[in-house]
Amino acid sequence: MSTVTKEQVQDRVIEALASFGPDADSITPDKTFEELDIDSLDLVELAQIVEDDYGVVLKGEDMKELKTVGDAVELISSRAA
Amino acid sequence: MSEKRRVVITGIGAVTPLGVGARRLHERWVAGVCAISDRAGRANEYDAAEHLSVKEARRLDRSAQLAVVASDEAVAEAGWEGEPPYDSFRVGCIVATGIGGIQTVEIGHDAFRERGWERISPLAIPMYMPNASAAAVSMRHGLRGETYGIVSACASGGNAIGAAARMIQYGDADAVLAGGTEASVTEFGFGCFDTMQALSPGGNSRPFDARRDGFVMGEGAAMLVLEEAEAAKARGATILGELAGYGSTADAHHLTAPEPTGRPASMAITLALKDAGIAPEGVSYVNAHGTSTQLNDAAETVALKLALGEHAYKIPVSSLKSSIGHLLGAAGAVEAVATLQALNDLVAPPTLGYEVPDPELDLDYVPNVARPLVNVNGGAPVGISNSFAFGGHNVTLVIKGAE
Repeated sequence: MSTVTKEQVQDRVIEALASFGPDADSITPDKTFEELDIDSLDLVELAQIVEDDYGVVLKGEDMKELKTVGDAVELISSRAA
Repeated sequence: MSEKRRVVITGIGAVTPLGVGARRLHERWVAGVCAISDRAGRANEYDAAEHLSVKEARRLDRSAQLAVVASDEAVAEAGWEGEPPYDSFRVGCIVATGIGGIQTVEIGHDAFRERGWERISPLAIPMYMPNASAAAVSMRHGLRGETYGIVSACASGGNAIGAAARMIQYGDADAVLAGGTEASVTEFGFGCFDTMQALSPGGNSRPFDARRDGFVMGEGAAMLVLEEAEAAKARGATILGELAGYGSTADAHHLTAPEPTGRPASMAITLALKDAGIAPEGVSYVNAHGTSTQLNDAAETVALKLALGEHAYKIPVSSLKSSIGHLLGAAGAVEAVATLQALNDLVAPPTLGYEVPDPELDLDYVPNVARPLVNVNGGAPVGISNSFAFGGHNVTLVIKGAE
């Protein structure tokens, strides 16, 4: 499997989150999920997408720690590397 | 027992194969428009993007979307302007469905079969649970009183409105948003009804006609704002009519076939009229269940004669299903909305597709063309709306037009 860059992960995460409702332009790494109105059900869907695309398995306890879009991108890219 | 609290209707909304809006439903039906094509009645004019945000739309099964959009219209007409005009804990919500979020079930099941249960959407359950529409409408309008779904197949919408009226009459609520919704016109849903030979093979909905050979599936929703009469008057609401009576019985006979003597169905009509304190001779119009199946239309005709006696022959009896098909769990609510408008416009909408009379079915079914409705009692016109269901559930609503 080829190496995935953090930028690629970030683009994919933003694309996925935008499909859940928030405007793509409003999604930046510093934004919290709360600010974006992204809830735990959305995060489960994000985890499913991430596992499909990068083979990274995110469990409930992983997700609980995530507060911002940047947190999610960090975690996913560190595990995908 | 003290005098019953009266229940008035202050807002109506509908999304049906005849379009988005209660008025459109009424006007197009009266004009004789048949919205059935390709063996079903689909709400093709409904576009989620016109009514819901991306987030709302993707978290609601189509059935709940239709209910929410119908509820928006009803609440706007009632003049609720953003929040209910009562303590929110005194405003209930009952939304019926016959089938629930079957499109969501199918998508989830495809994901399960193709990719394993780990790929089922976490939104599957909250989208397909049969109470999802009631929950969505409650959240949409901030209703915190008693809120739930109600399930009795094709009588569900009628039961929802009846239960809502009781909630107000008993004093548990001052207002209730009540109705029904259905969006089960999928290949699977279609196949399920088709194999039980319930559907018209040619997709012809022609209630009471001798050639009737099954019903046509339809989708849609309708919602009504019901309020306690004195409270509605006190806030200066426009009163569209009254939910004057409710009667409900069961056949205890067969899974799908109606009880052939028509007695349990006629008892629902009788109980509803008694509840309303109205004699059979006070009824000006019957909005029939009229599904276009051999058995229903025959049993309903018998039931009307048993309950109304000779008067049954003197008043118009018509079926909205001839125009939009059978909306299953939404039918009772959509038909209540249609009945109210027929009464207020003093017009008997037509039973479309009616050409060959059945000698056994000899009431006035208003064939093909609407006509003025004769108000038999001089006061507010009274109509009854019947709903009968697989499982043997019978519901009659007595609706009075505006004073």
